[in-house]
Amino acid sequence: MKLTDDDKAMRDGAEGPAVAAAMDLLIRYGEALGAERLCDVRNVAGTTTQPSPAKAKLVAEGGWEKAFSIINLDADEALPVPDMKVPTCQLQQGFGPDSVGIAPYPEKFVELQSDAEAFYGRRGVHILATCTPYQVGNLPTRGEHIAWMESSAVVYANSVLGARTNCEGGGSTGAASLTGRIPCWGNHHDAHRRGTHLVRADVPVSGFRDWGMFGYFVGELVQEARPVVVGELARPDLTELKHFGAAAASSGGVELYHVPGITPEAPDVEVAFGGAVPEAVGYGAAERRRVYETLNDQGGCTDVDFVLLGCPHASLDQIRAAARALDGRRLHSGTQLWIMAPRALKDTADRSGYTAVIEAAGGKILADSCPAMSRSAPPGTKVFATDSAKQAHYLPAILGIEAWFGTLDECVDAAVTGRWRGGL
Amino acid sequence: MTVLRGRTVVPGVVEGEALVSHETISGWGGIDPATGTIIERRHELCGVCFTGKILVFPGAKGSSGWSGFFQTTRLLGTAPIGMIFTVMTTKAALGAVVTRVPALSDLDRDPTEAISTGDRLRLDATAGTVEILGPAVS
Repeated sequence: MKLTDDDKAMRDGAEGPAVAAAMDLLIRYGEALGAERLCDVRNVAGTTTQPSPAKAKLVAEGGWEKAFSIINLDADEALPVPDMKVPTCQLQQGFGPDSVGIAPYPEKFVELQSDAEAFYGRRGVHILATCTPYQVGNLPTRGEHIAWMESSAVVYANSVLGARTNCEGGGSTGAASLTGRIPCWGNHHDAHRRGTHLVRADVPVSGFRDWGMFGYFVGELVQEARPVVVGELARPDLTELKHFGAAAASSGGVELYHVPGITPEAPDVEVAFGGAVPEAVGYGAAERRRVYETLNDQGGCTDVDFVLLGCPHASLDQIRAAARALDGRRLHSGTQLWIMAPRALKDTADRSGYTAVIEAAGGKILADSCPAMSRSAPPGTKVFATDSAKQAHYLPAILGIEAWFGTLDECVDAAVTGRWRGGL
Repeated sequence: MTVLRGRTVVPGVVEGEALVSHETISGWGGIDPATGTIIERRHELCGVCFTGKILVFPGAKGSSGWSGFFQTTRLLGTAPIGMIFTVMTTKAALGAVVTRVPALSDLDRDPTEAISTGDRLRLDATAGTVEILGPAVS
């Protein structure tokens, strides 16, 4: 890989041992990819603060400097951690203080995470604590090279915002935050941003559930390739594209898609492919039903203990919609309902009165995390219902529980009656 | 003896037994680093342990936590001893780098077809070769 003089100086220790370790990791990573060079980034979204047993052990041994050095720089020892060189934010993490008494999550982890927030905040990490940084002020511009992780945020940034990022990890974002560099590979290049597969919806795709199901189908079909989707698509909003991308990045590894006429790099189908347009794969009634059945194949018992909304983290519109659906109703005695949201949006929901309506019904809005990240659901949960294809995909494996997938209204009905009565 | 050739992802040499997955693997939500097992319920290898094996797979899918989860297997002593994969992605590349095991990609044949679970392999990721030494010794 070709290094600039600055890259070499960083590697050789001109900016201290942590920056040298960061550059060493970027070089090993860039060579593993076959990248020709690194490129500049000034927007990094990574994860550093979330406790885990392995991380707690490192912190006990050598503080957050050791945890960051080992995990985020792939170093062998604790190194002094300088300020972030470029703007850097923290993504979703573990449950925070607002979860105490609600989620069965270790209080020592809540305290450890608060300690981490103070450590990283002092070094210039914005504690956004959400999988949707683009909902709370981190909006890269079109064409900007960035280094993000969180698969649902990466696919949103590339596809909807037209920014350029690969699906980075904890190590590469840590290294990027101290160097302002990342391997210039894959999605950073024009040639690797053009469509590879054409998928045509032959049934209407409209509303949150169907955009998620369509995304799940597309991801399974193309795996890590770049789909261009056309057909009977209702104009999607932020929440629907958020769900579509998250689903496609769960069933497959989609990091970039195009919706001609909607997303910025695809004014039309021809431009989306930048050349020959391949034959379309159809998504019809049979395919739609198969996706629905796959997402519900981890459900057996219709007694629902837990309803989970807000994956990826809810928008204000989703919180407002949940509040409307719950207004004047009361949750079933054996069922809990949690809505996951960025803390900044929860503050706005509080201010707008939505939180009060949700809490009057017995539901909760929780910030910072989700049951999958924190491996924590209400005590005794055996069966959960969700409107998120991503959570229906992951949570059964992570928590060993059954899953039902459906619409917001079906989920709220399950929360109020304690029974799953959804259907396609 | 069958020899496959590919491109170095992480240099190094290792000999061991192959564990072949024909499906892509998720890190976060797909493996349990504490036990080194695949936990994704819909996966063909659900419940199978990869610790001490040379993992042969088409590529990485899912969450960006992939590299961090495989790095954790190294920290907890449950890591595979080598990786051979077909499709290069940032998740798989960074994952192999921070797991710090010899790794190879871009092979001249599909490794998930050419290699079977239990085959004894000599992976020379520095030279870019993998030799199939023979079937499993029972």
